[in-house]
Amino acid sequence: MLTNGTIVPSSLSVSDLQWQVEWDKEKCTLCGRCCAVCPVQAIELGVHRKRSIQIPSLAEIGPQTTSSNVYQVYHGVRQKTDAAYACTGCGMCNLVCPNGAIRSLHSSEVDKQRFHTNRGGQPRRRGGRRNAPDSLNLGTLDRIKFTRISMLTDPALDAGRHEFELRTLLGRVLPPEENLRLYRENGWTPPVREIYPLIIGSMSFGALSPNMWEGLQMGVAYLNEELGMPVRMCTGEGGCPPRLLRSRFLKYTILQIASGYFGWDEIIHALPEMKEDPCAIEIKYGQGAKPGDGGLLMWSKVNKLIAAIRGVPAGVSLPSPPTHQTKYSIEESVAKMIQSMYMAWGFRVPVYPKISGTSTALAVLNNLTRNAYAGGLAIDGEDGGTGAAYTVSMDHMGHPIASNIRDCYLNLARLGKQNEVPLFAGGGVGKNGKLAANAAALIMLGASGVQVGKYMMQAAAGCVGSETDRCNVCNIGLCPKGITSQDPRLYRRLDPEKVAERVVDIYLAFDTELKKIVAPLGRSTSLPIGMSDALAIDDKDAADRLQIKYVV
Amino acid sequence: MCRLIAMTSSEPLSPILAMRALDVMREGHDGSGVGLFMSDLGGPFEDLKGLPILSGICTGEGVKRLDQFMMNLGFMTKHKVSMRTAKRTPPAGTPRRDVYVIRAYEYPHAWEGLERSEIEFRLMLARLQLRQMGEESEDMIIYSFWPDVIMIKEIGDPLKVAEYLQLDSEELRARVILAQGRQNTNYAINLYACHPFFIQGIASMTNGENTAFVPIREYLMSRGFPGYIGYQSDSEVFTHIAHYMLNSLGLGIEAYKHVITPLQDGDLKSHPDADFLTRLKHSCRRLIIDGPNCVIGRLPDNSLFLVQDRKKLRPAVVGGKKGMYAFSSEMCGLEAVVPDRDKTKDFQPMHLDTVIVDSDRSEVRICSQTEPLSLLH
Repeated sequence: MLTNGTIVPSSLSVSDLQWQVEWDKEKCTLCGRCCAVCPVQAIELGVHRKRSIQIPSLAEIGPQTTSSNVYQVYHGVRQKTDAAYACTGCGMCNLVCPNGAIRSLHSSEVDKQRFHTNRGGQPRRRGGRRNAPDSLNLGTLDRIKFTRISMLTDPALDAGRHEFELRTLLGRVLPPEENLRLYRENGWTPPVREIYPLIIGSMSFGALSPNMWEGLQMGVAYLNEELGMPVRMCTGEGGCPPRLLRSRFLKYTILQIASGYFGWDEIIHALPEMKEDPCAIEIKYGQGAKPGDGGLLMWSKVNKLIAAIRGVPAGVSLPSPPTHQTKYSIEESVAKMIQSMYMAWGFRVPVYPKISGTSTALAVLNNLTRNAYAGGLAIDGEDGGTGAAYTVSMDHMGHPIASNIRDCYLNLARLGKQNEVPLFAGGGVGKNGKLAANAAALIMLGASGVQVGKYMMQAAAGCVGSETDRCNVCNIGLCPKGITSQDPRLYRRLDPEKVAERVVDIYLAFDTELKKIVAPLGRSTSLPIGMSDALAIDDKDAADRLQIKYVV
Repeated sequence: MCRLIAMTSSEPLSPILAMRALDVMREGHDGSGVGLFMSDLGGPFEDLKGLPILSGICTGEGVKRLDQFMMNLGFMTKHKVSMRTAKRTPPAGTPRRDVYVIRAYEYPHAWEGLERSEIEFRLMLARLQLRQMGEESEDMIIYSFWPDVIMIKEIGDPLKVAEYLQLDSEELRARVILAQGRQNTNYAINLYACHPFFIQGIASMTNGENTAFVPIREYLMSRGFPGYIGYQSDSEVFTHIAHYMLNSLGLGIEAYKHVITPLQDGDLKSHPDADFLTRLKHSCRRLIIDGPNCVIGRLPDNSLFLVQDRKKLRPAVVGGKKGMYAFSSEMCGLEAVVPDRDKTKDFQPMHLDTVIVDSDRSEVRICSQTEPLSLLH
């Protein structure tokens, strides 16, 4: 821009952007890979004009000599300053650069770009996670310590050699008196699944690329069939590929039904051909990333395959309503829907609702305790991830999971139903990489198991998203790693076999870490659900709120 | 780790025998408490079998309140054992008490014709009320109120306490005796934390910490049964789990281990009662103990049982002869009470075993968890 040029309110400099691309002319080979790979076209080939002042040496100075300006041109990379093309910091340019000549750096001060992401009156939407960079202070879950270590009064167990049975139950567990009565009378008992307490949370076929989905499914199948770990994965709202529906692997899958009912035409039609029952049915009423808001699959991701599975036309945005439109009250939206889903599989498959973390979770839970069919309750806290949501929903809506799950557990314990309605916690579990510690903390606060999504994307597929607004373009289908893209040119970057391998790695490592936590607490033969006497935190208010010990 | 001794004999024995057994195992206890449970009583209580006996400790003021309370309910004292400790010096660490209460009562007239279960419920409520009164004014500690059951608990070295309380008195004789010398692993020394624990005819004692204590306590307390309170010790839940299982679930003691230490999946699948046991495991999941514990107990029919935890990290040895069997933490304890047994028949129960000696004392039964259950009578 010239010094007397015009500027508009949204004219920004590179320094105003959140991410600044640093490019080294010396190292650059001008191969162009960085510009080609950039998912948001934040960089382009730049022709830079540069004045070079050439002053003759003293010896050459004579009456005819003049100093001269020489204008030279060099080629390289230029960062766009239009907020619409702002660098997202994904770092793919650095990944592909043969010489390490380019990288993106986070602005050292609060950027100005954020004030201009609503041009056209459209608030910012993105995918990913809540932007709450608390990796330095650590979140509540990260700060919970396990302080009840078995020392001499009872021996700590050997995590490497002891026998462990760290399973959990999904489904309505009857009180002992009732269960034994039904055994004697040959009555119907609600189905209960014995599963691994770390569940791959609902990420839909559509939000995820086919390669990512296939990789996760293969990993889950391997864990079950080769390693004997009953790991389960939830489909999310996007249906289920027809071949999976008709395969024996369906038993490792939790089918989700949500307010858009996407994919359920296909599922219902596959019912007569199913060889196995699915593990469970999750009825989604809300999710942590965008509580009270419906799902959203942007048009650009709805290709022919997605459209076929979901039973919709291709190339249209697929917003799910915030709530199940046909239901008006909790009696209907929970009780009737749960019963309908039970009926579809002949009362052989557990059905449970999933809600967003909310201060009304207790009301939902109390209703579920009176519903003889509810097979559990999954609660997704504010740190849950998503494929697409409004930034304001993601950053500001929702309830932290720790106190939400604790309140629910204590309420169940008051009612004496703590074993009957299993609680599953999700939302930010392992967001700072401490997966096993976070999961164990939630379990000891009262969760029967945990659901993880973002951790799987990061660890199994190399998602580069972070809490400091890095990448976060899952919504536009241009995931540079091919995890959330429906464009074959992108998702072929992801090898499903390798994803499966990483899933197995993650579970094996998690299992060892979980044992390393529970064995010193003297626990091995049952998952320490609600073992709150083992927990402490260095924050008095948090300790009081969670009813655990305060330590400094 | 505490030391345990339990014996069952056709002939009434003096509890001092159990105290001697604890004394030979003295490395295992620290004088923070000794507990004694006696049933199938001999001596003067032989003829009072059906009458409830109250056991506890009171201050002078407490006894007056106790008498008033019992009188109001309509109980008449039929027999009492007096421990004259006033003129003796208590052993080191043992506080001086005003009155050790062991009293047998006649039932109130108003209770005549009541169902047995109702009488048992009312006896428990009376004990709980007394306990609550005692806790409010700190003048009464009540251990049991039940027919044919005497309990004594005190702080101090077991043998010295026994001598101080003159437990070798002719008045105290029993065919079933449970005793524990305590190694304090809790925080405060509290008589209610002393084993054995008692509820409605079921007594048990344990060694080892119970690592799943808090969730189990939460579960028991939410059963809505007024007797499931206390829990000054993490081991009290073992007694209450047995009570819950026998009374609310109607199962036999053979199923106890299936509740507290259920079989793992592989074994469960190949078990003849797999369906039943899987249901039991799921529904009683919150009662699974995960600590290293040996539980020894007495059932209302005067049979004795012993179970080991899944890890078999606590010692226990079983031995005896026809008419006299004992469970002990250590071999020397067994030696102290039944020296003339066939030692080649001694054995240490393993992680799947439930050991039962019925009240006829004719044999030791071992039920392995992998065997079929005789179910649902």
